[in-house]
Amino acid sequence: MNLQAFLAMLSRDGRVARRNFLPLLLQNLVQPMLFVFVFGRVMTTSGMMPESYKSLLLPGIIAISMLLSGLQAVAFPMIADFQFTREIEDRLLAPMEIEWVAIEKVVAGSIQALIAGGVVIPTAWLILGTGVQISFAQPLELVVLAVLVAVLAAAIGLTLGCSLGQAQIGIMFSLIVGPMIFFGCTYYPWSALASFPILQKLVLLNPFVYASEGFRSALVPQFPHLSGYAVFGGLLLFNGVFLWLGLRQFRKKAIG
Amino acid sequence: MDVGIRIEHLRKVYTSPPPAAAQVRGGPMTGVKFFKRPEKKKFEVVALDDVSLDVRPGEVFGLLGPNGAGKSTTVGILTTRIRPTSGGAWIGGLDVWRERVSVKRLIGVVPQKPNLDFALTAREMLTYHAAYFGMPPAQRHSRATELLDRFQLGDRADSLVTGFSGGMMQRLSIARALMHNPQILFLDEPSTGLDPQTRLLLWELIRDFNRRGQTVMLTTHNMDEADALCHRLAIVDHGRVIATGTPDQLKRSVPGGFVVRLQVDTMSDGLSASLAQIQGVTEVQRTPEGGVDLYADRGGTLIPHIVTAVAASGATIRDVHIFEPSLENLFLHHTGRSLRQ
Repeated sequence: MNLQAFLAMLSRDGRVARRNFLPLLLQNLVQPMLFVFVFGRVMTTSGMMPESYKSLLLPGIIAISMLLSGLQAVAFPMIADFQFTREIEDRLLAPMEIEWVAIEKVVAGSIQALIAGGVVIPTAWLILGTGVQISFAQPLELVVLAVLVAVLAAAIGLTLGCSLGQAQIGIMFSLIVGPMIFFGCTYYPWSALASFPILQKLVLLNPFVYASEGFRSALVPQFPHLSGYAVFGGLLLFNGVFLWLGLRQFRKKAIG
Repeated sequence: MDVGIRIEHLRKVYTSPPPAAAQVRGGPMTGVKFFKRPEKKKFEVVALDDVSLDVRPGEVFGLLGPNGAGKSTTVGILTTRIRPTSGGAWIGGLDVWRERVSVKRLIGVVPQKPNLDFALTAREMLTYHAAYFGMPPAQRHSRATELLDRFQLGDRADSLVTGFSGGMMQRLSIARALMHNPQILFLDEPSTGLDPQTRLLLWELIRDFNRRGQTVMLTTHNMDEADALCHRLAIVDHGRVIATGTPDQLKRSVPGGFVVRLQVDTMSDGLSASLAQIQGVTEVQRTPEGGVDLYADRGGTLIPHIVTAVAASGATIRDVHIFEPSLENLFLHHTGRSLRQ
C-alpha cells in the first residue's frame, strides 16, 4: 500500500466530482425526490395514503439515494475506463498494487454516497412537509449504518462496473438495479411482505433490503423493521461478498 | 543509474480474449496462431513464443514487426500489465511480474492508444501523475510547467484534454510518461497517426531523452522509424524473434541487399534455376503467391536479364517490383511477407 499514491488518486477523484457536482447530484437525486413528492406528499395530502407513510418512506429514500449514487459513481467511470477511455491505465501504472486502485474507487464512491445521503435527508424532509416523525436518538448506529451502506453501494458498483460492458448499461438498470430497488423494501417495510412468504424469504438475498430496513430501524423505530443483528449481519456479509467479487473482476479486467 | 532489460524464454498464451485495459489495437487479438480444438472449442492464441532479448542500459531498442507480431504483448509484460505464461523478464535486475511495484517506479509508458485522463486539464494530468509517484507539490508543478513548455503545450496547459488533436495528445502522453523521471521509456507505436512534422518532433524528444543516458524501448511497424531511431532492433513475427542487431548489421545480413519481386504466369523450377544463374543474384526464393524473390546486389540493371530468362522459359511477366536495401527486405527474406502486408 502506497498511501501517497492512494491519497493522490482520492484527491483526483474529488476534483473531478467537484467539477461535476451539480450534474452528479441531479443524476442521483431527481428521481428519488420525485418519488418523495408524489408518494410522500401528493398521495398523503390527498388522503390516499396515511400521513404516517411519510415517515415510513423517508428511510427507504435515503437508502436508495445512497445506493444509487455510490453504485453509479463507481460503475459508470469503470465501464468507460476499461472499455473506451482507458484513463485508469495511468493509475494502474502508479507504484502501488493494482488492488488499491480499486479500493480507492470504492472509498471515493462511498464518500459520494455519504454526501448524497447527507443531501437527501433535509431535501426529502422539506418536500414531505409537516408530519414526518423521525428520531436521531442513536447517532452512532446511524453513522455506522450509513458507512456500511455507502461502502456496499460502491462495492456493488465495482462489481457491476468491472463485469458489464457499455452495451449492458441499460440491462443493468432494467434487470439488476430496478428489481433490487423494488424488492429492496424501499417503499414498504419487510414485514409488509408477510402475505408473500416465498417472496419475503427471497428478498433477503437482496442487499438493498438491509440498507432500507437498517435506516428504518435507526430513524423510525416505531415501524416494524428487521432486527439490528440481521441488518448489520446482512450488510457486513454483502459488503464482504461484493468487495471480494469486485476486486476479482477488477483484477481480471486490469491484467492480461 | 543504468537500467537495462532482460527477457528470457518469454511465452504468452491467451486463453481468453485479453481484457480491454490490457488490449491494444493491432495487438494480441490480431491473430498470431490459432489452435482451435474442435472437441473443446478452446480459445488459445500464442502471442509470444519463446522470446529472449537483452536491451542494454542507455540504448534505444526497437521491436519491429507487423501488427499481431507480439510487440505490444512484450511491452505489456515489461510494463506489468500482462502476466507472462512462462519465462521471465527483468528490468534493472527486478523481476517484472514479482516486483511489479518497484518496476513501475523505473518505467514510463506511452501507450499505443491515448489513455489520457479526460476529466482533467493537461497540467492537472501531469501533476496528479507525479503525485501518484510521491513527488512533492512544488517540484511537480515546476516540472509540469517545464514539460508542457518543452512539448509545446504551454498555451493549452489549463484546458481539458477533450479538444486536443492527435499530435497534442501524443505529446502529452509522452510528457506524462516523463513526469516521474523514469529510467526506461516504453513507447508502443509512438508515431502512428501523426503528421510528418509531429513525428520529427517526437523523434527529437526520444533522442533527447536517450542522450541523458536513459533506455528507450519502442515498437513500430515503420522501418524508417526503426532505422532512424534505434541503436539495435529485434525483428519479430508470429511471436518469435527473427533477427536482432543494429539496423546496419541487419540490412547487411540480407543476401545482396536488393530484392526483386517477380510475378509470372507460370513458374517452373527451370525458370527458377535460370534466374539464379543471373550475375548479381545471390538467392532465389519462391513466394507463397507463386512468384519469386530474387536477392541481389543490384536492382534495375537486372531487369533485362530477368526478361530474357522469363521469355526463354516461355512464361510471361505479370509484375516486377524492386525493393532497395532496407529492413523491409530483411523481413521479406525471413518471412516471405512484406511488413505492410
